[in-house]
Amino acid sequence: MSQGKKTRTIAVDYMARVEGEGALFLKIKDGKVSNVQLKIFEPPRFFEAFLRGRAWTEAPDITARICGICPIAYQSSSISAMESIVGARIDGPIRELRRLVYCGEWIESHVLHIAMLHAPDFLGYDDAIQMAKDHPEVVKNALRLKKIGNALMTLTGGREIHPINLRVGGFYKAPRKKALLAMREDLLWARDAAIELTKLTASFDFPDFERDYEFVAMRHPNEYPLWEGRIVSNRGLDIPIDAFFDTFEEEHVRHSTSLQSFVKVRGSYHVGPLARFNLNFDKLTPLCQELAREHGVSPPCTNPFKSIVARSIETLYACEESLRIIDAYEEPDRSFLELAPRAGTGHGCSEAPRGICYHRYSIDAAGIITDARIAPPTSQNQRSIEEDLAAFVPRYADLPDDKLTWRCEQAVRNYDPCISCSCHFLKLRVDRE
Amino acid sequence: MAPAPKPKLAVWKFASCDGCQLSLLDCEDELLAVADAVEIAYFPEATRAVVKGPDDLSLVEGSITTQHDAARIHQVRKSSKRLVTIGACATAGGIQALRNFADVSEYTKYVYANPSYISTLATSTPISRHVYVDFELQGCPINKTQLLEVISAFVHGRKPNIASHSVCIECKRSGTPCVMVTQGTPCMGPITHAGCGSICPSYGRGCYSCFGPMETPNTASLAKWFEKLGDDRAAVLRKFRTFYSGKEAYRKESGRHEPG
Repeated sequence: MSQGKKTRTIAVDYMARVEGEGALFLKIKDGKVSNVQLKIFEPPRFFEAFLRGRAWTEAPDITARICGICPIAYQSSSISAMESIVGARIDGPIRELRRLVYCGEWIESHVLHIAMLHAPDFLGYDDAIQMAKDHPEVVKNALRLKKIGNALMTLTGGREIHPINLRVGGFYKAPRKKALLAMREDLLWARDAAIELTKLTASFDFPDFERDYEFVAMRHPNEYPLWEGRIVSNRGLDIPIDAFFDTFEEEHVRHSTSLQSFVKVRGSYHVGPLARFNLNFDKLTPLCQELAREHGVSPPCTNPFKSIVARSIETLYACEESLRIIDAYEEPDRSFLELAPRAGTGHGCSEAPRGICYHRYSIDAAGIITDARIAPPTSQNQRSIEEDLAAFVPRYADLPDDKLTWRCEQAVRNYDPCISCSCHFLKLRVDRE
Repeated sequence: MAPAPKPKLAVWKFASCDGCQLSLLDCEDELLAVADAVEIAYFPEATRAVVKGPDDLSLVEGSITTQHDAARIHQVRKSSKRLVTIGACATAGGIQALRNFADVSEYTKYVYANPSYISTLATSTPISRHVYVDFELQGCPINKTQLLEVISAFVHGRKPNIASHSVCIECKRSGTPCVMVTQGTPCMGPITHAGCGSICPSYGRGCYSCFGPMETPNTASLAKWFEKLGDDRAAVLRKFRTFYSGKEAYRKESGRHEPG
């Protein structure tokens, strides 16, 4: 298409199929992107500010409300941070149950994104409901798979959105072995469904696009990371979580509506399924590894569009891990440790479906929160998203506006952005030239 | 004869966590049937397709916290035949209504490096403070079965069948022992709107009122019980000032336990 020296503007006023309120703004001059902004206009909700003065035991219930799609991530990170203040170490069945409830969230959130929000881009539909007309089995199976994730959350967490059973020290009530075993059949079906989902997503037509990312994820010596580990990257980063703010910095830029995180000195980084997959491939189950290799996705995988395959493989991992936990589970004598507060500062980090979710709290001797900082995954990915678009768009600059716009939306959705994690997101005026 | 047009359903978001609209996508067994019974005209969390209004039923999630949203809700009302608010944010201002008891400019300075970039109202208010609301569905998050009932009722032009009694009744019905009586655990159940299925007491913890106050709650009496059970003033204040602090009954009761 002969665009000549024309300046084109691509603006998506309200990004669909993401969680929360965001917009996209691109300016293209002579086939090059002269300006790219992922605008977040989600209104600020000030979680960190009103957490001050609350009891340390309230943090999991309150921070869950940052995000209805990944409440376990916020509950986990806040609980870990509080337990680190008092030096509590949780092992045995309680630790396993924590992994189980997190697996439920991964399945629920991943499948929602893969099948309902992202697959329609690859298959050319506005949404999953339209997609269901031509691919009924895909959508029905995805809904059933998602439902099993939600059932795991309900069984261990009490309910699927804003679970009530997680607390500092453990769980209010531990599920019975019998109740967990009752999920076995469903999980066996889910495992097969996740394999089929992986085969489907791996068969999609991927844009030929790679970027040299700094991938950042947690890493644990014995397991694929969920609740616990160090923070590592493919550029040699290997730090304990309490060094988060020594390594990463948040910048409050005017053009964007969020605090953007970057690695000090180096710049943007990439968190989420693709980062975890690349950095922890050796910790996946043999079945996951084999399936990934069979379908031509193995580390280093630097095509962000293939994140949908990494997400599918992680769904399979979560099903297998749930089965392992359920089979080995022994009901604990006590479902939680009774912990007394003491003054101090603690850090928590866990692997939300869309990437690391870091929390830091200070509490006083009575357990009242005096300071809170939260770094949600989407603000950490925001700079990467914009850089992807700047690099990606020139290759497709010949596409008509509507097609290019859709391609850009698809590229943003690679990150499964969760804009509602709004404690760090701001409102900004939209600049249209 | 052409089939009657399907009623148009729209889902709008204001300041919120997305959890209540997610409840619709969490209706895994019913979602495709719902999509068949109505025309989804606007639901950006699920689709990029938009059908022009006016809409027969608008579901509104979230509270009003910005000038822009205060204007936008009037547009939504204008284009909606029926408007139903879903969740604690839309019906009471949500957890973010805690700013109503604080200085929002101090909040802004605490969270953001450049407070001048931030544009926000000093308060978080429910939708009903701004426009007429046909029905309010409570909960943080809402109960998805109740959501289906509300959609079904409005599509068929009848009144939703949503119980308005307290969580205590739900405990009695399910045979859950009272955590206040048997464990001495403070519980908001006696004054909390039913709908969750008394989940917390069934897990041995006190209700924290994520469905907000029932009609005419006796907050003062319950607060006295909390003190008897060992809560200090600050703990009682916090109980009334969490997810439903925007409701008058809780706002007032929490005020009685201010320090000094």
